[in-house]
Amino acid sequence: MDNLELNDVRLINSGSSKRLRTYFASPPGRLAAAVAIAVLSVLLFLTLNVKAGWEFTLMFRGKKLLTLLAVAFAISVASLLFQTLTQNRILTPAIMGFDSLYMLIQTTMVFLLGSFAFSDFNVYGKWLIEVSVMTGSLCSLYLFVLYRQQQSLFVLVLVGVILGVFFHSLSALLQRMMNPTEFTVLQDALFASFNAADSHLLILSGIMIAITCLFCFRMHAVLDTVALGQPIATNLGISYKPFLLLTLALISVLVSVATALVGPVTFFGLLVVNLAYYLAGTSRHRYLIPMSVTIGVICLVAGEVILQHGFSFNTRLSILIEFIGGLFFLILVLNRRFA
Amino acid sequence: MIRATIGGGLVILALVFISLVVGNTEIDHNPLNWFGGVNDQGDQDLEILTLSRIPRTIALILAGISLSVAGLIMQMLVRNKFVEPATTGTVEWASLGLLLCLIFAPGLSVIIKMVVACLFALFGTGLFMLLLQRIDIRSDAIVPLVGLIYAAVIGAAIAFVADQAELMQSIWVWIQGDFSMVLQGRYELLWFAGCLGVVAYITADQFTLAGLGKNMSENLGLNYTLVFIWGILLVSVISGITVATVGVIPFLGLVVPNLVSLIVGDNLRYALPWVAVTGAALILLCDIVARLITFPYEIPIGTIMGVIGSLLFLYLLLRSEPHGQS
Repeated sequence: MDNLELNDVRLINSGSSKRLRTYFASPPGRLAAAVAIAVLSVLLFLTLNVKAGWEFTLMFRGKKLLTLLAVAFAISVASLLFQTLTQNRILTPAIMGFDSLYMLIQTTMVFLLGSFAFSDFNVYGKWLIEVSVMTGSLCSLYLFVLYRQQQSLFVLVLVGVILGVFFHSLSALLQRMMNPTEFTVLQDALFASFNAADSHLLILSGIMIAITCLFCFRMHAVLDTVALGQPIATNLGISYKPFLLLTLALISVLVSVATALVGPVTFFGLLVVNLAYYLAGTSRHRYLIPMSVTIGVICLVAGEVILQHGFSFNTRLSILIEFIGGLFFLILVLNRRFA
Repeated sequence: MIRATIGGGLVILALVFISLVVGNTEIDHNPLNWFGGVNDQGDQDLEILTLSRIPRTIALILAGISLSVAGLIMQMLVRNKFVEPATTGTVEWASLGLLLCLIFAPGLSVIIKMVVACLFALFGTGLFMLLLQRIDIRSDAIVPLVGLIYAAVIGAAIAFVADQAELMQSIWVWIQGDFSMVLQGRYELLWFAGCLGVVAYITADQFTLAGLGKNMSENLGLNYTLVFIWGILLVSVISGITVATVGVIPFLGLVVPNLVSLIVGDNLRYALPWVAVTGAALILLCDIVARLITFPYEIPIGTIMGVIGSLLFLYLLLRSEPHGQS
């Protein structure tokens, strides 16, 4: 309260430029600035360098934009929640074997069905299988490890990472036993690509992601409390374990949907959430959630714009983001800016 | 103890025999006929054996010994049971060094490439140790976790560089642990890695002491820093050599020392020979599986080791936790 009054007095006493500066130093102001940049990059993405007809370009780019937005929302919110639960800034749900599980599902389907049946397979059926297997298995993993013993989340995460390695090796094994045609079909399905999403799936995934994100946002106050750690949160009246499971389930849904949409992206969430903490100027989830979503949008959309128009880089955005996110991780650890 | 030694020896002999006999070209299953030179068949068998099968088996044994010993030393230095060169970025750095050689100086001799790989491994391991000093270790699981993410970061860097140079496929094939290319004249540098395993045995007591931690071991009169650097050097050189000759064989160095320490404990002078023998046995077994599972083709051993090793790792991890050791 005191703080607020002090701020108000300052605001009244200073000139308008100073008032503006104070506004942009406050969490809502920072958020507004970020949103402005995000909107700008979305506009640039849609309008820059249009060569074909407007209608076609907008359709084509709009679809891609929706994919980018869906991924940005899902991965950013999921990573933020995961870091809040683990109270650790170097973790993302994606390093817990999600991407390799996705790979294993694809590989197993091609292996069992053969390449022709796989290509003809109903997209909704495929999507349903992917999302339900991923959400189901990840939730049962959490349940198993959490209820089997009073466990630190680190063990859970390590188990996830190692399971990831296991899935990865298993799909490599299956891939080695395939014939070349099957392997080619599979390879197309495996690389993270922001171009290939099916438009009906896109709408379905978008709706699911939007609902889940909204639900997560409505929990912002509880998340603030949980961020203080289990003992304090329990003292403040949170029933910790049910909440933990609920949130982990939401995270599983978000990451599964995003991964099923575009394939694996690992370090993106790490990068986005840490930038959000750094730039939001607050630890309140009310601002943190929209901030990380906005930064996610900026990273993906502006990244695409720069890659396509700025450089004639022939690398994939996903590889670039992985690399930058990875470097970022090292800097974070070296600066002790986490945990 | 004597009975265990004899039993272990018999298992190894059996594995060596199977490893020599299994393969695409059939050879006489009776070893007495290999050297007889009684007919053409015998001469052909001998040629296959000396050119391909024996080098491969020796390479497997050397790699098995040196990798599991390197894993054990790493575990002593980091004071954590769940690390090994392939989960702490050492191997990834070595691969990165090789990739850069491939891009900027493809014509270099194998020895120079290997030296570059070792130097990169050394740098990477040093960086990992630096990272570890900076983090707050609250649980046994944090160290391998940081190591794995660190390794994944270097993996992403490799993917980035390889993608730019359009070498994705060739580096992938090269790094993947595989003994199918081992022929006479292509593996001999592994002997050096094997020698380093012996050197490690000679200096084993120092590592046992270092495993007590810096303060304790210095109180006991150990030059901790020197031993530490020596250990990192051993681990890096072994990783560099094996990556450059046969590729990455994950989890061997992690699983073997753990299994051995369950039985004989942590005194390195007792444990090391057992680690070496178990490592050789496990890698021989995996290689035989790799050769038989899609016979007459074969699967890279790194893949088989990945499946078996990660399952064993999970078992070790979940087994050790309920005692509240975190």
